[in-house]
Amino acid sequence: MNCDHCDKPAVVHEVVIKNGAKTEVHLCQAHAAMAGYVPEPQPLNVLLTNIAPAARKGPPAPTCPGCTMTLAQFRQHGQVGCEQCYEVFGAVLEPLIERAHAGRTHHAGRLPRRRAAPIDLRELRMRLVRELDEAVAAEQYERAARLRDRLHGLGGEGATAGNGEPLKE
Amino acid sequence: MNGSRTGDAGDLRSGGPWLDAGSPDGDVVISSRVRLARNLSGFPFPRRATAPQAREVIEAVRRAAWPDDLASGLIWVGMNDASAHERDLLVERHLISRQFAQNEAPRSVAVSADESLSVMVNEEDHLRMQVLLPGFRLVEAYQRVRRLDEQLEESLDIAAHPRWGYLTACPTNVGCGIRLSVMLHLPGLRITNEIERVRRAAKDLHLAVRGFYGEGSESAGDFYQVSNQVTLGISEDDLLAEFAERVVPEVVAYERESRRLLAERNATLLDDRVFRSLGVLRSARMLGLEESMKLLSRLRMGLCLRRLDAVPMETINRLFLMVQPAHLRTVAGLDLNDDQLREARATMVRKILGGD
Ligand SMILES: [Zn+2]
Ligand SMILES: [Zn+2]
Repeated sequence: MNCDHCDKPAVVHEVVIKNGAKTEVHLCQAHAAMAGYVPEPQPLNVLLTNIAPAARKGPPAPTCPGCTMTLAQFRQHGQVGCEQCYEVFGAVLEPLIERAHAGRTHHAGRLPRRRAAPIDLRELRMRLVRELDEAVAAEQYERAARLRDRLHGLGGEGATAGNGEPLKE
Repeated sequence: MNGSRTGDAGDLRSGGPWLDAGSPDGDVVISSRVRLARNLSGFPFPRRATAPQAREVIEAVRRAAWPDDLASGLIWVGMNDASAHERDLLVERHLISRQFAQNEAPRSVAVSADESLSVMVNEEDHLRMQVLLPGFRLVEAYQRVRRLDEQLEESLDIAAHPRWGYLTACPTNVGCGIRLSVMLHLPGLRITNEIERVRRAAKDLHLAVRGFYGEGSESAGDFYQVSNQVTLGISEDDLLAEFAERVVPEVVAYERESRRLLAERNATLLDDRVFRSLGVLRSARMLGLEESMKLLSRLRMGLCLRRLDAVPMETINRLFLMVQPAHLRTVAGLDLNDDQLREARATMVRKILGGD
């Protein structure tokens, strides 16, 4: 579980009932301190993650929304499952990539001339691909055909829908 | 489909471009290959893709706008319909990888009529496109595969990232997603035991040295495949310049020098190796694959150094391909067992080299 205000793991978890409505609060150490919470001291093996990574019992491992891959699965095969994995597992991949490339850290070659679709369009396409997959598996061929048409329709739009914004880093 | 047709591996009969005689620096550099790894945005990479998703990727690639001159002669081979024998033929022609041949997921390969270009769809990445040319022609190979890359990008949404460049299934391939490689024939360095020095130097330069069939294979017949490993933080042009203008010419000069020294100081030893090889090839009744590769390799070296002229270079180059199991089975019979295959190999070699 991550902090409500940032991507760090939450250490404070509270259920607040206000005017009969239940809301959950999850805060990382920094945001908890700002909000006036005094968090419980963390167990030693969490505090010492840098020294003993094997003993670490961190937050639940992230799963890639694009391909449902987990970090453990990546470690097993050494391959990521989709382009979104590079965002989801970025912190893990960064040192691996740099080591594999003699310490180099940034791409210096060419990129596709056609700008890739903005993130939300790519996500839409991923979702359509997943739905198409389900439709085919369920032998819903008419639905599959419609989804395929939509998917193909997206193909060309990706290049023009970009509103001049650079790719998300 | 732009007039491309679906064929089977049996259409590929010519012998492939990589065994042509008389290519630039062909005495040492057998072939040059440039391969690009690309993925379509919006689809999971092949390992995480379901079968319908994988088929969808194949369709998208087939529908893409291929260069006109290429599209007309393109042969598409559906791997799932190809027989094991046909897949082996493609591996032996260096048109597909072994991994691609053995995988079960939906996958397809497009091969140009002259076999110099192939595009594997759904290998480790959605697209693995390569241009493979005989001799030392890396720059030309790069120009051709780049032209295809740029053309396909016009109609396909390719996964890329501003910091990591082209996104690939294996993080070791990000950046340019490019693999430059040359297949080198290094019998001189092997005989003089200098090959280990080449290996160490290559390692320092972050280059990979592999055997005849690429990853994990032995260096059968003194063939070594040298390729770059770093693909991030350096441009394609700089990689190419480093590899094609510095690394490869240095190894080529080193091999030539060791051959020259052998001929100068150890002519008898050299001739013994060469003619003994010819003798065995002309007389053996059973030949294993590795043994025949090794003997042909020595024969080829003798030919390059003009120690003998009984056999044309083209014949030897062709034999390197014809002794491979799948190619041999095509000629001698698909149902041969291993011993029969060795016998058929020896018979074919004897006949071609004019033995008894
Ligand atoms: Zn926070
Ligand atoms: Zn993913």
